[in-house]
Amino acid sequence: MAVKTIRDVINEVLHAEMERDPNLIILGEDISGGAGTPSGKREAIGGIWGTSGGLLPKFGPDRVIDTPISESAIVGAAAGAALAGKRAIAELMFADFIGVSMDQIVNQIAKFRYMFGGKAKCPVVVRMIYGAGMNAAAQHSQAMYNVLTAFPGLKVVLPATPADAKGLLTAAIRDDDPVMFFEHKALFTKKGEVPDGEYLLPFGQARLCRSGGDATIVAMGRMVYFAESAADKLAEDGIGCDVIDIRTASPLDEDTILDSVEATGRLIVVDESPARCSLAADIAAMVANKAFSSLKAPIELVTAPHSPVPFARELERAYVPSPARIEAAVRKALAYR
Amino acid sequence: MQLSRDQLTRAYRQMQTIRMFEERLHAEIMTGEIAGFTHLYAGQEAVAVGVCENLERDDFIVSTHRGHGHCIAKGCDVKAMMKEIYGRRDGLCKGKGGSMHIADIDVGMLGANGIVGGGAPLAVGAAIATRLDGRGRVSATFGGDGSSNQGAVFEAMNLAVVLKVPALFVFEDNGYGEHTGASYAIGAKSLAERCAGFGLHVREADGNDFFAVYETAREVIEHARNGGGPAALIFHTNRYYGHFEGDPQRYRAEGEVEKARETTDCLKRFRERVASAGLLDLAALDEIDREVAALIDEAVAEARVAPPPDPAEVLDDVYIDY
Repeated sequence: MAVKTIRDVINEVLHAEMERDPNLIILGEDISGGAGTPSGKREAIGGIWGTSGGLLPKFGPDRVIDTPISESAIVGAAAGAALAGKRAIAELMFADFIGVSMDQIVNQIAKFRYMFGGKAKCPVVVRMIYGAGMNAAAQHSQAMYNVLTAFPGLKVVLPATPADAKGLLTAAIRDDDPVMFFEHKALFTKKGEVPDGEYLLPFGQARLCRSGGDATIVAMGRMVYFAESAADKLAEDGIGCDVIDIRTASPLDEDTILDSVEATGRLIVVDESPARCSLAADIAAMVANKAFSSLKAPIELVTAPHSPVPFARELERAYVPSPARIEAAVRKALAYR
Repeated sequence: MQLSRDQLTRAYRQMQTIRMFEERLHAEIMTGEIAGFTHLYAGQEAVAVGVCENLERDDFIVSTHRGHGHCIAKGCDVKAMMKEIYGRRDGLCKGKGGSMHIADIDVGMLGANGIVGGGAPLAVGAAIATRLDGRGRVSATFGGDGSSNQGAVFEAMNLAVVLKVPALFVFEDNGYGEHTGASYAIGAKSLAERCAGFGLHVREADGNDFFAVYETAREVIEHARNGGGPAALIFHTNRYYGHFEGDPQRYRAEGEVEKARETTDCLKRFRERVASAGLLDLAALDEIDREVAALIDEAVAEARVAPPPDPAEVLDDVYIDY
């Protein structure tokens, strides 16, 4: 075990997996950077989030591919390489850019295996950076994981901790199905204990971050930290919460959520996208359907408002669910008679 | 380059197989037995065959919604294709894809594609893969004149030029993008000029002349195999049917298709050329016609009685592991 940031962990996994599998390629904008500049200096940035540094010098331009600003081509080329027998990691600087590459993700990658009668495989990981909290405004801050969770054929992964980032990214790269891998821009500097050596986490297994018997808080990504913070605060008042990090939105570990709700009878779902067609709504519907008789109170959704992500600090703070709002939602659920 | 008798015979058989497959489908669709949307390739056979006869099994192609011809030309099993179009369990894609999504990775056919222009980035990716293997393989994407207006195609052409990968953009200009003329929809002076603007090596030929297609494709494919980078191939041709089966084709000029069938038909011209040059005798070609007709008869007969998929299979092959 060593303490590392998520940024470092992702870079290490990329290096390790590129080393391990000569059939793995990575492509995206400024993966290395500096191509075609007057100085000709490569490694100008190593990915704008600093996660892909050092790959080009080690693995060369045929496998580490800096692309033009062309998200359709980035994702499509990754898919084509994968159909042709390789494995590919495509990086989208911002998850918001799935808007530009949506056809390649949802009409192509997600459907090849099915449309082709099970004869094809398309081992692509689309790494994309998402989330609010850095005043990046409406086109560079969205959650987006809910959008892709709606498509059969895609797996959707959103790690919250450095250890999970290692286990889930390694598993994603080795997975034979296409994986949408969401990295929260406000979590890159998050530190945590990370297992040494090879470490893989299976998809569809949620993480129980806190145990308490009174209420169940389900969260994902950055919201896991806010949920933990709210739970710690409530614990001071003797209120015990289960906090569940779903880790993967598709597949979803329904059992861990249902087991907890059956014990607590109260569910609060925290999600940083607006509520309509969100993971929060999806999880709430699943629980209402499958554990209705266990519920002692209406399910509380703590989500963003039905607005684009705003820019100004004050507005963005109002937009993103806060530990205080989660705490209030738990108290409301507990007060219900 | 002189084609051998075997090569000529094979090319003719392939073109005739596509023609009879499509003509027969046109008739069978009228019966109402075939579900969904079907887009026929009849008229354009010389393009698919002229290009694919220059490709090996382990080269890749990506096709379009009008994909039956490319599938046959690249070696997909004709009977399994027919079953797929009929929506049968033992169709090439188990009845999951249908006419617009026929694929067979084993023969390098990375799929027909229901999204116009959607295949172009895939072909660039396959070309990245082939270059990594270093065995001189190439990847070709077929598209109509209409696909050349799609952003994904622009991105793909630029990326291919930037990366200098062995990707070929084959544009089949049949004069129509859906129900609108190419001269309206292509803002550039010409398709060739557009492709040249992306920095592609561009070659253009008569798409109704197998020999012109074959020779043009041969030169460009050899160039790409030897590291010469991507290219665009533009072939002018005719589609004999509508955009889709059922298209009333109000956009056609009076007698347009009849004239094309009479004067520029690729099969007719092939027969005339090989006969006048003494390369093959027409009796041998007539024999091929009979064999192909029998194959298509069998394909339809078998497809009609083949079992449908079990509704329980709806969830199969969404994922490898979930």
